[in-house]
Amino acid sequence: MPTVTRRTVLTAGAAVAGVALDPLMAREGAGQASAATGSAPITLRVNGKSHQLVLDPRTTVLDALRDHLHLTGSKKGCDQGQCGACTVHINGERVLSCLTLAIAAQGQRIETIEGLAAADGSLHPMQKAFIDQDAFQCGYCTPGQIMSAVACVAEGHCGSDADIQEYMSGNLCRCGAYPKIVAAIKQARGQRENS
Amino acid sequence: MRPFAYERASDLAQASRLAAGTGQGQIDAETQFLAGGTTLVDLMKLDVLRPERVVDLGALRAGHDKIEMTSKGLKLGALAKMSSVAAHPAVLAQYPAVAQSLQLAASAQLRNMATLGGNVMQKTRCPYYRDPSWLECNKRVPGSGCAAIGGVNRNHAILGVDASCIAQYPGDFGVVLAALDAQVDLSGTRGIRTIPFVSLHTAPNGQPHIETTLRSGEIITGLLIPAGPWNQRSLYLKIRDRASYEFAISSAAVALHMEGDTVRTVRIGLGGMAYRPWRASEAEALLTGQALTEATAKAAAAAALQGAKTNGMNDYKPELARRTLVRALLQAKGATLPGRES
Repeated sequence: MPTVTRRTVLTAGAAVAGVALDPLMAREGAGQASAATGSAPITLRVNGKSHQLVLDPRTTVLDALRDHLHLTGSKKGCDQGQCGACTVHINGERVLSCLTLAIAAQGQRIETIEGLAAADGSLHPMQKAFIDQDAFQCGYCTPGQIMSAVACVAEGHCGSDADIQEYMSGNLCRCGAYPKIVAAIKQARGQRENS
Repeated sequence: MRPFAYERASDLAQASRLAAGTGQGQIDAETQFLAGGTTLVDLMKLDVLRPERVVDLGALRAGHDKIEMTSKGLKLGALAKMSSVAAHPAVLAQYPAVAQSLQLAASAQLRNMATLGGNVMQKTRCPYYRDPSWLECNKRVPGSGCAAIGGVNRNHAILGVDASCIAQYPGDFGVVLAALDAQVDLSGTRGIRTIPFVSLHTAPNGQPHIETTLRSGEIITGLLIPAGPWNQRSLYLKIRDRASYEFAISSAAVALHMEGDTVRTVRIGLGGMAYRPWRASEAEALLTGQALTEATAKAAAAAALQGAKTNGMNDYKPELARRTLVRALLQAKGATLPGRES
């Protein structure tokens, strides 16, 4: 029996939902029917790859990533811009994907946690630092923390502990791993790869 | 979130046309402009804002995101990001209160998204406004009453309120704009005009669902903060329940032009206290021409809070506001200006 993990179950579920939904939505998009549901053809550029989708204008980048592109690394915490778990980079800047409409993000460069590691699978220095420093417990906020941390270093806002604390304040960690997150950023700050 | 039609404006005139005749500036506008989305998308998810059409201004960014130092003052494009202005070296050096108010607001992610025009239009954080399961909210449902006046009102306004609404203006940057006599450039179907920033937001006037003096379809295109010797000696002091990523429970924007120990010009704005971005003119009048000491600062602060109206849980606010302002004034007086010995 193949190993079943939470991730494979989730991914399989998303894929099944995708199979069920996407052809239907594609048919609607192909016809004139888009007015009824408001669905529109949308092109999103994620981690260097273009994706054609047919989405309701209400769809956020976060929902497009998770439910339509099956990139479940970006997390839905509060879904109202308060926790930072959904942090991605758009055009090189960290933003909240839960408050960004996918339809408004067309033509922009979206980078997610899935795009951070090198093509050969070797981890980004920030990912490695989070592991080395044990900078998480439950891990739910971690993708957002790491995306935010990579941007924090790129912005030059990691000179002191106080700076890191201030500029990482948009990412909440309810396990309270904050001191280790600061340590991880300090470990990774000298090694700017892929950022 | 309710369904809406999405349109991407290709120019200002088209954006205004799309929003004309829909009560823009009111809470129930059928058309809303989308810039950074940090307020709009949030409130649409909460079912507080229910636009039938969203007009995306994103394509207009390139022409309206400039930060310019001119002889008239600091000119800011309405679609400039909060983070860009906060980090701009000339803004930091010459208009420190502007940079500080933006830097101390929200989080790094939100500052990368939110525009200046959207920032000054941000909605109150009143929990009764943000949760439609509360039936009483004059701002959300005109004439329905105010659940905050007899409710949990620790964070509610004490200045500029009336019996219809005690919602607090949550912004930081707007407080600095009010203090520094900023002007707002507007573009609409009837052409362009410029208004003082302090006349952009209206008093509740018994109808708090009308929040601004914007005409239907009008768009904020830019802001001007007039030049003046007080801008360099300016600061924004923000008091919060936690050290970062929190709205002000009290704040003060102060700009000073001193001649020796005497105040030649002073500009004062108060945040975390008022229904709209608040200019403390009475306090300014008391200080002008006087020596700035702890005693004169206290007298000015007392004058600034003269009209305060508290509602129980926010009884602590007048004293907090007075102490915030006194500290801000004395800090501004003692500040070392770049390139000089103080």
